[in-house]
Amino acid sequence: MKKHVVVIGGGVAGLEVAGQLSRVGIDVSLIEKESATGGNINNWFRLFPDRRRSSEVKEYLDGMNMNHDIRLHTNTTIEKFFRNRNNFSITTNAGKEMTADAVIIATGFDLFKSARKEEYGYGIYDNVITSADLEKMFTEGKIALTDGTAPDTIGIIHCVGSRDEKVGNFYCSKLCCVTAVKQAIEIREFLPDSKVFCFYMDMRMGGALYEELYREAQEKWGVNFIRGKVSEASETIENGLLIKVEDTLAGRPLKMKLDLLVLMAGMEMSEGGKKIARLGGLNTGENKFFVATDSHYGSNRSNIEGVFYAGTCTAPMNITETISHARSAVVEVVDYLKIAKS
Amino acid sequence: MNKFGFTISQGRQIDYESNSRRIADYIYDNEPSFRLCIECGACSATCTAGNFTSFSLRELNILIKRGENDQVYQSLKKCMLCGKCSLVCPRGVNTRNIIILAKKAFQLSDEYTV
Repeated sequence: MKKHVVVIGGGVAGLEVAGQLSRVGIDVSLIEKESATGGNINNWFRLFPDRRRSSEVKEYLDGMNMNHDIRLHTNTTIEKFFRNRNNFSITTNAGKEMTADAVIIATGFDLFKSARKEEYGYGIYDNVITSADLEKMFTEGKIALTDGTAPDTIGIIHCVGSRDEKVGNFYCSKLCCVTAVKQAIEIREFLPDSKVFCFYMDMRMGGALYEELYREAQEKWGVNFIRGKVSEASETIENGLLIKVEDTLAGRPLKMKLDLLVLMAGMEMSEGGKKIARLGGLNTGENKFFVATDSHYGSNRSNIEGVFYAGTCTAPMNITETISHARSAVVEVVDYLKIAKS
Repeated sequence: MNKFGFTISQGRQIDYESNSRRIADYIYDNEPSFRLCIECGACSATCTAGNFTSFSLRELNILIKRGENDQVYQSLKKCMLCGKCSLVCPRGVNTRNIIILAKKAFQLSDEYTV
C-alpha cells in the first residue's frame, strides 16, 4: 500500500516537499491555511540577489506539483494532531480526519508586526511602510506617498523586530540586510532622482553575491549607508517624517527629514507553527522557532519520531536554503518510511 | 617669557596597557549588561544631553572599556540621568545604571573628586 504523508504549510518549503515526495511515489496531502499556495513568496515582487521575479520560483513550484496527484486542502487548518502507535491522526477545521504515516511541518514564518515598534510610527504616521508594503508598490509599478506624489528622500531602517530584546527577538533574521540593499536599488531604479538612506547596526552580507549587491548599491546606485540604530520617528508640521539616529561613525547624533520610511521587518515563527507546536508537543527554542534534534546532521528531525521539519519554521532561511532544507526533509521521510515498513 | 607658538600635542593613541580598567571592572561586576553593548548608537540618538553637548553614551561605553578614564570623568557630568537611553536599547543594557556606577567607581578612587 502507498504510504501517506501530510505536509502542513503550502509555502516554498511545503510545495517543494509535496512535489518531491509525490515524485518518489508517496501519497501527499498538502494543508494550506490560505485560499492559495505560495505563502510569503506571493507578497514579494523580485528576489535577492539577482532580482529575478518571484513568480518564476512560484511557477517552478506549481509546475512540480501539477504533474502529480497531490491532495491540496486550502483554507484548512489543523485542529487536532497526535501520534498513534504506527501513524498520526490529524483533524482539520472542516472536521476532516486523516491518517498519516509521517508528517512534515512546513509552517514557515510570519513577518514581524511592525506596529509593535511603536517608536517608528507604523500605523500611526502616514508614509511609514514595511518591506512587504514596498514590494506591493513594486508589483503595482508605483512608489507613491499617501497623497499620491513620489517621495524624494527615503529612509530604510534595518533590524525592525530582529536583534531587539525589547520585542523579545534576540536573533538576526539574516535576510533583511540584503532585502534592504535590494529594495534600495529598486527604489533608485524606479525614482532616479530620489535619495535613499539605509540605517544599519551591522551589514550582514553573508550569502552568495550579497556583498556584491551591497557594492553595486553604493557604486552604481549611490545608496547611502549610515551606521546607527534609529531611536525614533516623529511627524513634522509639514506632515513629513523626522528620524533621530546617531551616526556612530561620525560620533554625533543626526536628525533627518524623510518623505518615506521603510521598515525592514524581521522573521518570526508563524502563528500556525506555534499552534502545531502546542497541539503536537513539539519542542520550540528561545527564538520560538522549532528546534531540530541535531543542529548539524538532523536539522529536519523533530522530538517526535515521524514528524519532520522543512524550511523557515526552524530558522530564518532564504529561498535557496529553504528548498535545500525541504529536499533533505524528503530524504529523511523516505528513510523513515522504509524503516517503518520493515 | 616669550611664546614661540610651539605646543606639545597630546597623543591620540589609546595606550591599552598603561590605561586602567578599574572603572570598567567595577561596572562589569555590578551591572553585567554592560557587556552587551553593540555600539548601535540608539542611546545617543535619543539622548537630550547629547543633542546639545558632546556627550555620547555609546562613545562613553567604549572609552570606559578602553580605560580612557580622564575623558570619561569629564563626560559623566553631562548626563542628566533621565533614562531615555534605556528605553531604546535593543540589547537591554541598563544604561542609566552604567552612569551611576561609573560615578560611584570614581568616588571610590582617590584620583578623582566627583
